[in-house]
Amino acid sequence: MVSEPVQGAAGASREQRVWQTLESVMDPEIPVLSVVELGVVRQVRTAADGRLRVGITPTYSGCPASEVIARSIRTALDQDGFTDVTLETLLWPPWSSEWVSETGRHKLEAFGIAVERRTPGNIVCPRCVSAHIERVSEFGSTPCKAHYRCLECLEPFDTFKCL
Amino acid sequence: MSPAAEPARAPASVEDRFEYVLRLGDTSLIAAQRLGALLGHGPALEEDLALGNIALDLLGQARLLLALAGRIEGRGRDEDALAFLRDAGQFRNMALAEQPDGDFAETIVRQCLLDAWRLETYESLAGSQDRELADIAEKALKECRYHWRFSAGWLVRLGDGTAESHARTCAALEKLWRFTDELLSADALDARMAVCGIGPAPALIRERWETRVSAALAEAKLERPAHRHYPWHGKRGVHTEHLGHLLAEMQFLPRAYPGVSW
Repeated sequence: MVSEPVQGAAGASREQRVWQTLESVMDPEIPVLSVVELGVVRQVRTAADGRLRVGITPTYSGCPASEVIARSIRTALDQDGFTDVTLETLLWPPWSSEWVSETGRHKLEAFGIAVERRTPGNIVCPRCVSAHIERVSEFGSTPCKAHYRCLECLEPFDTFKCL
Repeated sequence: MSPAAEPARAPASVEDRFEYVLRLGDTSLIAAQRLGALLGHGPALEEDLALGNIALDLLGQARLLLALAGRIEGRGRDEDALAFLRDAGQFRNMALAEQPDGDFAETIVRQCLLDAWRLETYESLAGSQDRELADIAEKALKECRYHWRFSAGWLVRLGDGTAESHARTCAALEKLWRFTDELLSADALDARMAVCGIGPAPALIRERWETRVSAALAEAKLERPAHRHYPWHGKRGVHTEHLGHLLAEMQFLPRAYPGVSW
C-alpha cells in the first residue's frame, strides 16, 4: 500500500482520516476483518497537547495478537503521516463479540467463523446456515474461539465466543 | 454533604497496595506456568487446547496485574522484572497454584478450587475503589467464567465417572484441600484492603466460595475432605518446595541472557 492521502479526505477532520487509516489495518489472525470491525479500536481523539490518542482494547487479556495489532496500527498511521500518535490501552468496558460490527460479522461468517451474540441459540453453521449444531469445546484454536460442529452438513467450524 | 455522611476511608499505603496486587498477579502467573507445561500432554486434543487457552488467559491477567503492581511500587520495575527477577521468597502466590500438575484429576481439582476463588474475588474486585484494579477484574471475570465451566464440568465427569476416575479425584481432593484454607483465611493485609474498599470482604468470598464448591462437589458425588492444619503461607512468601523448581525453569532464559528479546 502506498502512503498517499486517503481519497476524498480533504475535508475530513484529522480524527476521521485516522479512522479511515485504521479501517485498512487487518486482524493478523483473520485477515478479512479490520481492527475497527473487530471492535478493538475504541476511540480516536486529540488530546490537550494536540497529539492524537488512539484507544485500543484487547479481546482477551492474553491474546498474542494484541501486540501485533498495536504494531500494525502504529505502522499504518506512520505510513499515512500520523506521527504524533499515542496508543493507549483501554480495558473498560471489556470487549465481547458484541463489539464486532454487523459488517464484521458478515465478513467473519463468509470466512467460515460464526459469531455468538448474547441472545442464546443464535449460532448457525456458517456454511449451510443450519441451526442444528453442537458444541465440541468452549476452547478452540485461539482464546476468542469455541469449536462447534454442524449436524446437517457435518462440517466443523469456529465460533467467536461472546465472552 | 456533611463529613459524617460518608465515613472517611483511610487510604491504603503504597506497600499494602503493591503486596495485594502481587498476590493476585503472582497467583495467576504461577497457575499459567503450571498449565503451560501441560501443552502437548493433555488427555485429548480438546482438553490440550482448553488448558493452553486457560494458561494464556491467566498469563494475560498476570501481565496486567504485575504491570499495575510495578506502577504502584513506582521503582521502575515492569511486569517482566517482577516475573523473572524475583526469587521464591518474594513471590506472593497462593501455595495451591504452585502444586504440581500430577495426573489429570489433580490438575482439574487444583484448577477448580482456584477458579472458584478467582471468580468470586474478581466479581467483588470489579467494584473496587482502585479503578485500575476494578477494570482488570471486570475483564478477567469474563474469562474466568469459562475457566470455571471447564474445571467444574470436568470435576463432575471425573467424580461421577468410572471407579478409577472417582478414586483418583478423591485422592486429589484429599491431597490439595489443605491448601484451600489460605485462599479463604484473611490475614492482616486482606483485612486492611477490605477496610479501605480496595479488596473484597473476606467473609463474603469464603461464603460464596463454599457455596460454589460445595454444589460442584455434590454434583460430582465427592465428599468434602476434613479441615487440615495449614502450615504454608504462599501469600506471605512462605512456599512449598515446588515453587523454586518451577521458577528455575520459568526464569532461566531471562536470567541467563539478561535483556534478551525476540
